[in-house]
Amino acid sequence: MYGLEMAKGLLVTLTNLMRKPFTVAYPEQRVRQHPRFRGEEFTWYEERCTGCASCAKYCPLGIIKIVTSPSETAPLQGDKYLLETFDIELQRCMFCGLCVEACPYDALFMGSGFEEGQYRRTDLVISIDRLRQADKNPSTWFRPQLESMDYRPGTSRPLGWRDVGREGWRWHQREKAGMRLQGRNAEDDA
Amino acid sequence: MTIRTEPMTVNVGPQHPSTHGVFRVRITFDGEDIVEVEPVLGYLHRGTEKLAEERNYVQIVTLTDRLDYTSSMINNQAYCLAVEQLLGIEPPPRAKYLRTLTAELQRIASHLIAVGFFVQELGAFGTPLMYTFRSRERILDLFEMLCGARITVSYMRPGGVFADAPDDFWPALDQFLNDFEGELAELEDLLLNNEILMVRTRGVSPLPPDVAINCSVSGPVLRASGVNWDWRKMAPYDAYDQVDFDVPIGSSGDNYDRFWVRVQEVRQSLRIVRQCIEQIEPGPARLELPLVLRAAPGAEAYGRVEASKGELGFFLVSDGGISPYRCKIRSPSLINLTITEHLLIGWKLADMIVSLGSVDINMGEVDR
Amino acid sequence: MNACVLNPHSILGGNHLFRFIYEGVGQMLPCWMAYVVAGAAIMLILINAVLLGAAIVSWGERRLLGRFQNRVGPNRWGPFGALQPIADLTKLLTKEDIVPYGADRIAFTIVPVLMVASLLVGAAVIPFAKDVALVDLNVGVLFILAVSSLTTIAIFTAGWASNNRYALFGAGRAVAVLLSYEVPVVLSVLGVVLVAGSMSLGDIVVAQAVPFFLVQPLAFFVFVAGMSAELNRTPFDVAEAESEIIAGYHTEYSGIKFALIQAAEFGGALVVSGLIATLFLAGWAGPVADWLGWLWFLIKTFIGIFLFVWIRSTYPRLRLDQIMAVCWKFLMPLSIINLIAVTLEVFFLRDAHGVLTTADLWIMAGINIVIAAVSIAVFGQLIRQQVRNSSQTAPASRLVVSGVSTIEVSQGQG
Repeated sequence: MYGLEMAKGLLVTLTNLMRKPFTVAYPEQRVRQHPRFRGEEFTWYEERCTGCASCAKYCPLGIIKIVTSPSETAPLQGDKYLLETFDIELQRCMFCGLCVEACPYDALFMGSGFEEGQYRRTDLVISIDRLRQADKNPSTWFRPQLESMDYRPGTSRPLGWRDVGREGWRWHQREKAGMRLQGRNAEDDA
Repeated sequence: MTIRTEPMTVNVGPQHPSTHGVFRVRITFDGEDIVEVEPVLGYLHRGTEKLAEERNYVQIVTLTDRLDYTSSMINNQAYCLAVEQLLGIEPPPRAKYLRTLTAELQRIASHLIAVGFFVQELGAFGTPLMYTFRSRERILDLFEMLCGARITVSYMRPGGVFADAPDDFWPALDQFLNDFEGELAELEDLLLNNEILMVRTRGVSPLPPDVAINCSVSGPVLRASGVNWDWRKMAPYDAYDQVDFDVPIGSSGDNYDRFWVRVQEVRQSLRIVRQCIEQIEPGPARLELPLVLRAAPGAEAYGRVEASKGELGFFLVSDGGISPYRCKIRSPSLINLTITEHLLIGWKLADMIVSLGSVDINMGEVDR
Repeated sequence: MNACVLNPHSILGGNHLFRFIYEGVGQMLPCWMAYVVAGAAIMLILINAVLLGAAIVSWGERRLLGRFQNRVGPNRWGPFGALQPIADLTKLLTKEDIVPYGADRIAFTIVPVLMVASLLVGAAVIPFAKDVALVDLNVGVLFILAVSSLTTIAIFTAGWASNNRYALFGAGRAVAVLLSYEVPVVLSVLGVVLVAGSMSLGDIVVAQAVPFFLVQPLAFFVFVAGMSAELNRTPFDVAEAESEIIAGYHTEYSGIKFALIQAAEFGGALVVSGLIATLFLAGWAGPVADWLGWLWFLIKTFIGIFLFVWIRSTYPRLRLDQIMAVCWKFLMPLSIINLIAVTLEVFFLRDAHGVLTTADLWIMAGINIVIAAVSIAVFGQLIRQQVRNSSQTAPASRLVVSGVSTIEVSQGQG
């Protein structure tokens, strides 16, 4: 009979009326955030960073600004620079994560937070001090070592710079990050 | 007595609730009948092709996300196929399957949007749209699990995908596939044979196959006109030669057929996803390539996929540098828009919106 | 002490609330002043009740629609978001009151007032409980149909005065739809009046020993469909089809004017649901306790609103020409069939004094339900065939091809 399908439609909406809503009321409830989630912030480990600016070179938008000077600890080897500026212009960032992909020393991570709304555009630039002071809840995006640790940003504790290296991961052995890390460790122990 | 009437020109868009973004079309009406149509494009032009010439091959992946932002995975795939062709490399099999799988999930998501907005434009007050978005949300959640982003995924890279799927992805995908069967059946109950929908769309704005071919239309719009043309069958890429699926074909190319073809393609995509899950085998998901790729000078490549809206192609020319000398994007939405006049003239104002919705354009892709 | 006494058979005397206030105030004031005070008081109550009701309906509809769509709906302010209408109103009041360039300022401004006024005047005759209506007019049905047609003029004025082509589209569509749907609506109400033997809404409620939606299911169907067209609700909401013509006739309205139009719209839903409750669901008459009449009335009104929201959440909208076809080719014959059937039944079943007993009503209900089922099926089939013939659909065969094949295009098919 004509109209039967329309009655069926009414039935569908009625069953949905009985169902629990699938939306969540955001500030109070949150959906589960997955560990690879690329947040609107960055986690940066100064101890691991050599100031090579690979991230700045690989950024498709060129929004990372790095200014360095030779470090006193190992000026000749050139494997560690003193960072004066490390600005990330969040207002233009598209959170593609290529800077994280490019970092050979696992110093830069995508963050897991996303509530970065600001009233002024200039506040959206993450300065080096903010990067230093921020809670270290890195996203596991492009960091398989964090995934194999079963690390979950937000629920697990914040990670220190020693815990986040890619030990055993393919690029790590080839590059010289390990060597430099050994040096830092010795320094800390002394 | 005759009443003197005169045609009335109305500017539909670029700020209109249902022109799919900043599409503008100047329409001359005689009463409610359309007599003249003039699409005006370019409100969302971002110069993607030029931007691509200044970025290296991996960076361009992030630009392709923003072409058709409802099917970023498929854009990634098309671009990566072009680069792989340019470099003469082949991704590992697991990567191929992951690409096929994610592209089909994205196709489902994209078609859900198309169907939802199509019915929204028919005047259903958001309900079918909400139901489709409910399912799409699950797919986006899966994407977040895979690559940390929901819309602008940047999941694929030349030579594979950026990383293998995490362990908890596979149970979640199974769960989604099981739930989605019911949700899709519900959606079909609500829409597929609804009399009001039939009355509004059957026989409205038909597109004959010869016109469709002459206008170089592709994708569901072409198949709705009764032409069996699907790049996944014609020139299988990635793992499409390994999976078995049907191509839904419409008969008259009216609005209902275009809607119907999309709903059926969702079913076929589900089949492909299921087969991918069965066939995928462990292995590397990415070729080890340097971060900055270089192609031989003078190399050319055209990578094309059957995107959710039609044939999406990337034509790359290399001059030996780290970025392409030229990157031409053949975007299905723009070319599908060439049938606008054919679809709209002679029909009514109410049909205009529905016909445009049935073509399923995406302004990010039209204006690039 | 000369207490003022009101003749219970005068126009306002039938209203218990009015008489109560009048006689109370009449103790202290002269009678004419008591009359004015009581009138003002009861009007204040009515206006506030209807506008507050509109606010509650707007919240309830959004909330209910949200649940139909499997989401939450407004929930930020107040318990379950119940204070949302106040927030909306505050927002709209603080907006700039824009009159677009080239608009007819007077006509543009008068429209919201006209819409709310026609709504309030219409609400005046609906009995909210036993003997509680502002006035129980003996031509109540006629009156309410007449004043609800005022909306048509208001809508057309809005579309014309806005100097906006979308608004003009909306106005043209609205006039066509509203005028057409008056006819089946009036014809279906005529059946109710025939059985009740009175045009007074109070008498119609009293006459419903058997609720009229059982006695005249066809009239109920036509009335609900017609009223959803009069209210601009899906599937007949072409006049403000937001996906086609932005917002139709009220595209250019903002601020307090928009608030008033919205109030008129949601209040219209309330009043029409009240009318449905009165005409077809036996109004304030409940299973128990006549003094709970207001509760039964509210419950029945809610049923009407729920029905409207349910339909709104489910169906797409029809095209203008199809809406006209539904009106003239489907609802119109149905209402005529109903009228003829009811007339014959009343003619044969009534006793010597022209009175129908409850048993008579049950007999009518039985016959009319059969008639309704048959005629809806028959006319549904007829209109389906018309739609089929008018559309240029190719044969509905679809092929799903498996595997690679060549292009199959028969030339010259276009």
